[in-house]
Parts: sequence; structure tokens; C-alpha cells
Amino acid sequence: MEKSKRDFLKVSGLCALGLGVLPLAKGIAAGNAPQVMQNPEALKGQQWAMVVDMKKCWEKGKEGCKDCLDACHKVHNVPTIEDPQEEIKWIWTEHYENTFPGLGNPYTNEKLKGKPFIVLCNHCSNPPCVRVCPTQATFKRADGITMMDYHRCIGCRFCMAGCPFGARSFNFREPREYIKDLNYKYPGRERGVVEKCSFCDERLAVGQLPACVESCKVGALVFGDQTDPKSPVRKLLDTNFTIRRKTELGTEPNVYYII
Amino acid sequence: MKIYNGKYILAGLAVFVVLVTVPIWYNMGKAAPAPTPNIDTPVIKQMQEKQCVLPKAEMITGHMQLLNDWRTEVVRNSNRLYVAADGKKYNTSLQNECMRCHSNKSQFCDMCHTYAGLATGQIPYCWTCHVAPKEAK
Repeated sequence: MEKSKRDFLKVSGLCALGLGVLPLAKGIAAGNAPQVMQNPEALKGQQWAMVVDMKKCWEKGKEGCKDCLDACHKVHNVPTIEDPQEEIKWIWTEHYENTFPGLGNPYTNEKLKGKPFIVLCNHCSNPPCVRVCPTQATFKRADGITMMDYHRCIGCRFCMAGCPFGARSFNFREPREYIKDLNYKYPGRERGVVEKCSFCDERLAVGQLPACVESCKVGALVFGDQTDPKSPVRKLLDTNFTIRRKTELGTEPNVYYII
Repeated sequence: MKIYNGKYILAGLAVFVVLVTVPIWYNMGKAAPAPTPNIDTPVIKQMQEKQCVLPKAEMITGHMQLLNDWRTEVVRNSNRLYVAADGKKYNTSLQNECMRCHSNKSQFCDMCHTYAGLATGQIPYCWTCHVAPKEAK
């Protein structure tokens, strides 16, 4: 078939025009299709972080107060298993020498002895658990949360080996039997998956602060976006000396401590 | 053509065919009736316009795909708001949205899944983790 250069250019031009208006046509066609989007009232951030003011917790809080631990475990259907080999924990307490290994001097401040430190997943900026997960069940979200998709977890426990903070727990048994008071608004987990703190992504999505932060009566837990200079977290970081856990490992944890 | 030991072979074949097809004869005319789940929960009864997030036909054939997409959007992209074609807004949540209306899991979910030959509680394994609403027995 013979075609002049002129005809060819005409057809080419028409095609280019058609491609140009394609996005517009798609937009019109999709105008009525259902859409999934973010809640307008959701809290937005680029790297969520937490400051744990242990001074406040010890000085103002009641002796043996477990409000934050209980609030978290209640709202997230975390089972209570006593056996330390099989226990499930999203937020828990550790002694100073286990919280900050390497910082323990032979003669440490007497005040720190036996004191409980609140510890949880550090939502590291360079999370080893994400790197080792073979199914991408654990991943880093745009808002800095190290998140888990329990549907994809195959229970290989690489992440538990990778996490230097022990922030991950494996369900060795059916967890439902160990939950006294089920929260019908939140799912549970099943035997054979790993679980951990999610920085309350489900609460951030509706504009609420994490359950532990909200439950603390003395305001020892402070949550915010650390990339935002006006956030409450940044205000504390700017005015206090803070330390993080095991920074020498290079995971860049995002939970800060005031001691 | 002559079949050696034809008697025995043919008789054996006949017995074999009968044995293999016994389940068919046994269940002949006893087809399980199609399930008729009762979807009239109190919440649905009070609705003026009984409309799910998608038309009924699409939900019947595509609810698994929808749930899968919702899961991905919620967990990975933190998108928890579903705007339906008619502009109505829904919370992308199985426990908090689907089951808010369809609060009768034993009817709404299990009946058809059982009829389709899916092992209850194993396929699909939604409820090993997710918490189904309490039902009056």
C-alpha cells in the first residue's frame, strides 16, 4: 500500500491528539466509579516518633502504673500469656541495663536500679525486620510506620531474629483463647504469625493519638511527626537531652527517652 | 475377535463401573437446595434504601476482590475511606463496616461458603483473626 508522507503525518497527528486527551477521557469515565481515599481527619506525618519521658513516668506516675501497657493490649486484642517464652507484647517494660545495653557503668545511678523503662517497637528509619522479611509482610509506610500485613506473614520469624529490640512476638498458640475481653472493633491474630506495635495506625487514620499516649495520665508519652519542627515531639527533642536505644546498630530508632 | 477370559473381564469391568459410579447413583435426585441466607438484620431492616457499597450482583461475584483491595489500601496506603458511586462514604473495614449491617455471619457468610464446599472456618480464613459480631443463637 502506497502512502504519501503527508497522509502519514496526518494520521500520526491524529493519534498524538488522541493520546493527549486520553487522561481527560479516563477522568470523565472514572468520575462515578467508587474510590478509596484517606480520611480527611487523619493525622498526617512523614516520620512518626515518640518521646518517652521516664522522669515524668517515675516521678508523677503511680508506683507500678501499667495504664499504657493495658490500654494498648486491650484495644489491640493482645493475648495475655504468662510464659515468657511465648508471651506476646506490643509495649512492655525492661530494666535499664536491658534497655540501654552498653550504657551500663559498673556503678550506675542507684535511682535507675530496678526502674521500669517503657519499651515498644522503635519504628526504625532503617528497619532490619523489613529487610529480612521474605514476603514483604513487614514494610515501611510513607508516614514512617514500620507496618505489618498479617495476611502475608508466613511465620518464618526472620524479623524476630533481625529486630535488635525484641519488639516482635510470635504466636506459638491460638491467641484468641488468651484474650479475656475481646475488642470487637479490632482484629486479632492467629497461631503462626508474628505481631508487634503498629503505632496505632488505625487510630491515626481517624485523627486520634496512639492508645498508650492517650492513656498516660501524666503525659509521659508524647507522639508526633519528628520532621515537623512544630510537633510536640520536636519541642521536647529541642529542649531536652534524649537518648535512643542501641543507636550503634544503625537502625535509626524513632523512640526517644528522657531519663 | 476373541477375548481370552472374556466372561471374567467383562463382569469385572461391569463391577468396576458400578463401584466407581456409586456416589453418583447414591446422590441422584438429592441435590442440596441452594442456600437462602436471611440477610434481614436489624440494621438492614431500618435502612430506607437497601444498598451495599456496590450493586448486589457485583458484590456476589466480586466481594473477595473488594475485600482484598480494601485490605491492601488500608494496611499499605492507610486509605480507610471508600466513596461509592452514589457518593456515600464507607469505612473500609470488614469488622467495622461490612459486619455493621451484615451482623449475621452464620447466615450471611457461612451459608453460601458451606454450599460452595468451602471448609467452614478454614477457607476463606477471615475469622481466624477477624472477630465476628456476637449473634443470638
